[in-house]
Amino acid sequence: MAKQPYQKKEKGDSGNPKEDAIEVMATVIEPLPNAMFRVELENKHRVLAHVSGKMRKNFIRILAGDKVAVELSPYDLTRGRIVYRYK
Amino acid sequence: MAIQLRSASELEKMYRAGQVVHEVLNALRAQVQPGLTTMDLEKSAEEIIAKGPGRPAFKGYRGYPCVLCTSVNSEIVHGIPSPKRKLREGDIVSLDFGMEVDGYYGDSAVTVPVGKISPELQKLLDVTRESLDRAIDKMRPGNRLGDVGHAVQSWVEQHGYSVVREFVGHGIGTKMHDEPNLPNYGEPGRGARLQEGMVIAVEPMVNAGRPEVAMRGEWLAETADGSPSAHFEHTVAVTANGPWILTRPREMTGPAWGNEVLSTKL
Repeated sequence: MAKQPYQKKEKGDSGNPKEDAIEVMATVIEPLPNAMFRVELENKHRVLAHVSGKMRKNFIRILAGDKVAVELSPYDLTRGRIVYRYK
Repeated sequence: MAIQLRSASELEKMYRAGQVVHEVLNALRAQVQPGLTTMDLEKSAEEIIAKGPGRPAFKGYRGYPCVLCTSVNSEIVHGIPSPKRKLREGDIVSLDFGMEVDGYYGDSAVTVPVGKISPELQKLLDVTRESLDRAIDKMRPGNRLGDVGHAVQSWVEQHGYSVVREFVGHGIGTKMHDEPNLPNYGEPGRGARLQEGMVIAVEPMVNAGRPEVAMRGEWLAETADGSPSAHFEHTVAVTANGPWILTRPREMTGPAWGNEVLSTKL
């Protein structure tokens, strides 16, 4: 059986872990030190989330009670990345 | 990963695995005739395996469903046997088969004419088989992988055919696919140096037309331009006495997959 030297990757794996994230709605519960936030997901799970670099660069401020979009890594569901603050 | 070197006793075990592979392929190629389906060949391979030692190497390998690969005409490699695929007079079919016996692997392939084939197809088979012979002849200590690949490429291309780049020969031993990769193209004097005890499955895949490959599903590889393709393979050990073809009986000499055995059927 011939060998394929360049094995194709698994489906959905583009090589960039950031693209595999699952995006969910959440509400900010409390701000924490180090620009981290405790947020509550729609399914009532509470996860620790940081603010995405893009949002920090544009000085998007986040307060308790804000509705936000959070990306979760499929590998570690206890941490997330806040990627959008809804008005 | 380094390239594994095999001791004499390990080579002897690989030879045993190789003999089972040879026995199965030799039986199958005598059976090939118009009207048979590729699944018939799979079934008959399974029957032969059941009588002897070892385990078929392909079944379950990365999810491959069968013990045999059957690739007809423009199919290059890894055709999955099917009860719907009937061999017709004038086809060529590549039979690729591997075994694991006692922890060691053997892997070999042969392309067989179905009934009477056109002179063009016969020439494709002859050139591909000869390219395997030429590659095996380079499997000597001190040569480099590039010499082996170049032997295939130069012979094939001077006949107006092309070599497939997407699939390569491979080191073989306690795994079916091991280091190193052996492409069927290359520059003389390049690549890893061959040493005594290295075992490599040498397998030229030659397209009559252009070298491009089109994948049909997860396994089957076909020529992109629909031209026919041939494939021959042996598991070959590098020894001080020169190349040792593990996937055929010791006493056999001459071309890697001679046509003389087929003539008994014709």
